[in-house]
Amino acid sequence: MAASDTVPAVTLHAGTALRGWGGLGVPGREAQGEDLRALTEGVPTLSRGMGRSYGDASLPPPGVTAVVGTRRANRVISFDPDTGLLVAEAGLSLREIVDVFLPRGFFPPVSPGTWFVTLGGAVASDIHGKNHHVAGTFGAHVQWVVMRVASGDIVRCSRTEHPELFLATLGGMGLTGHVLEVAVTLQNVSSPWIWREAMKVPTFDALLDGLETSSDWEQTVAWIDTLATGRSFGRGVLMRGRWARPWEAPAHFPPAGIEPVVPFNAPSFLLNDWTVKAFNELYYHKQVFRNVVGPVTPRGWFTPLDAVHHWYRAYGRAGFTQHQSVIPRSAGREAVRTYCETLAAHGGTGFLCVIKDCGAEGDGLLSFPEPGMSVALDLPNTPDTPALVDLLNEMTIERGGRIYLTKDTFTRREHFEAMEAARLPRFRAVRDTWDPTHRIKSAMSVRLFGDEP
Amino acid sequence: MSMRVVVLGATRGMGREVARRLAERGDHLVLLGRKQEDLDAAQADLEGRGAAEVVTRVFDLADADAFEPAIDAAASALGTLDAVVVTASLFGTQEDLEADLGVTAQLLDVNFTKTILFCEVARTRLMEMGGGSLVVFSSVAGDRGRRSNGLYSATKAGLSHYLEALDHRFHDQGLHTLCVKPGFIRTGMTEGLDEPPFTGEPDEVSRLVVAAMDRKAPMVYAPRIWQLVMLVISFLPRFVMRRVGF
Repeated sequence: MAASDTVPAVTLHAGTALRGWGGLGVPGREAQGEDLRALTEGVPTLSRGMGRSYGDASLPPPGVTAVVGTRRANRVISFDPDTGLLVAEAGLSLREIVDVFLPRGFFPPVSPGTWFVTLGGAVASDIHGKNHHVAGTFGAHVQWVVMRVASGDIVRCSRTEHPELFLATLGGMGLTGHVLEVAVTLQNVSSPWIWREAMKVPTFDALLDGLETSSDWEQTVAWIDTLATGRSFGRGVLMRGRWARPWEAPAHFPPAGIEPVVPFNAPSFLLNDWTVKAFNELYYHKQVFRNVVGPVTPRGWFTPLDAVHHWYRAYGRAGFTQHQSVIPRSAGREAVRTYCETLAAHGGTGFLCVIKDCGAEGDGLLSFPEPGMSVALDLPNTPDTPALVDLLNEMTIERGGRIYLTKDTFTRREHFEAMEAARLPRFRAVRDTWDPTHRIKSAMSVRLFGDEP
Repeated sequence: MSMRVVVLGATRGMGREVARRLAERGDHLVLLGRKQEDLDAAQADLEGRGAAEVVTRVFDLADADAFEPAIDAAASALGTLDAVVVTASLFGTQEDLEADLGVTAQLLDVNFTKTILFCEVARTRLMEMGGGSLVVFSSVAGDRGRRSNGLYSATKAGLSHYLEALDHRFHDQGLHTLCVKPGFIRTGMTEGLDEPPFTGEPDEVSRLVVAAMDRKAPMVYAPRIWQLVMLVISFLPRFVMRRVGF
């Protein structure tokens, strides 16, 4: 692979005060507070929730040292148990929603791989989860949003009030305004437990078949061992689940469990082909039996890594990023296989490669998922990572796919524009209407959307 | 079994989180606070989180004449009282306080005199109703006098002493006194200050406080590590404190 000539528009560093989840960031601070209306009064540059986006989406552009931190603005404004409609301030996290509402039979309509996400962040990333093929993205369940837009005005938008602003805000990476309040319909669940089936699958084709034939399950996801080559290439674990029926669930409420912390960055020698290989072997073979069936806690099912605080430190000081793309169904199964083979060949040193079949595209102007196969792989940051991201992006473009901005750190503007050629003009038009001078921007928008630094 | 609790300072910071934990287990709450607008928002939040009942009343800790009417009204609204939680207090940096004696006088008055007067009213009423818990937020700052926050910490030292004595005096008569000593916690009060090690979150504090209320502990440090930190600090000789500029 040729050395990269990419010069990211914003240079990120390890050990800075404001960081993306991948560990790199910029100097600066969060202005936190419980009153978002007061905090956003002068229309600051950007709002940030829990900082779980991997790269620079929640970081300020060069020269700006403060972002609004929304996580303390987390009041419930109203909840209607008859309809499940929750109205809350933007800083309320999915974890709090689960803590407060699961005992009452309600759950976020969409759960990503972490609950450390605020409502504002869930809207800005238009998050998706294991139920995308049946429930769509988070945005599909959002009824309205109250925002502070660039003019300083406070605007309520929905599919009927300022619909273009609303749709641009779903998956708009926080660039259309500061989200103050979100109204979202929670899902009424049949029990607080998940009924789960997990099975070892020996080949790539069998894994994709498994995802397709499991589409009547509410939740599906698969994991591939990218280090297994040759005949065992594509071996993995297929997981499917649904909310347990009351008679299938244990009588007690799911226990909270312990939450260990990774106390410091692991030394870099710990992460190499051998340790990852060992991890993947263990992960594949931890299922002693071919199939595992039974009830599991929602926490263990949706967010296994949330239990380990600061798990990113396992990647060491240099941090990591992730590449997540969706390869559209129209590109064919072979396109997914060759893409994954390239991952296995070049990006083997990552822990988990997660694949998931996506359902219909949502109505957010820049929402990530579209019908096809989403492939996500953690990549430890090394000097070669930007070049690898280039390669993966080129393959994604060839296949007519796109990437998930929330995970991205190194994509170049021209690649992003090639992926989003059809959708970007409409998003830009809405943004230019509501914020002609691009007062609201981020390190990511300077890198990918061409904002002036 | 749900409790009937008065919370002073439930609209923000640590008081807000304590009220939330109580709401989430279905308690009945009376919120005392300075602004009706903030009280209304807190009421909606706590009702949304599962409180059995939330009543609000505008209240200012600076106004001692209002103490008895407020506690009486709370008791009659809820029928009885199981606990009174006091989290309200003023804060100022040593520099700001030294620059303005008027502000200093106000802080000394509210954090010490008025808080203790309110506690006297609350504990009298709790004991009349057969006992209950008086939960008061002091601070680790009250454990030692430091160069950086002497005026604020003096009010907390006095408050901690009062609460310890109250526990000894009325423990046998059914009054449970809980002195809460938070370390450095990320709230609006500490926004913009440099964060020391062991900085805590209000939500973590609230869980420890509610657990301490349930087991009727007389004192709780939050986060827990501060108990150990203050144990070490309480044994530091003066010359060491002076040398390290503590």
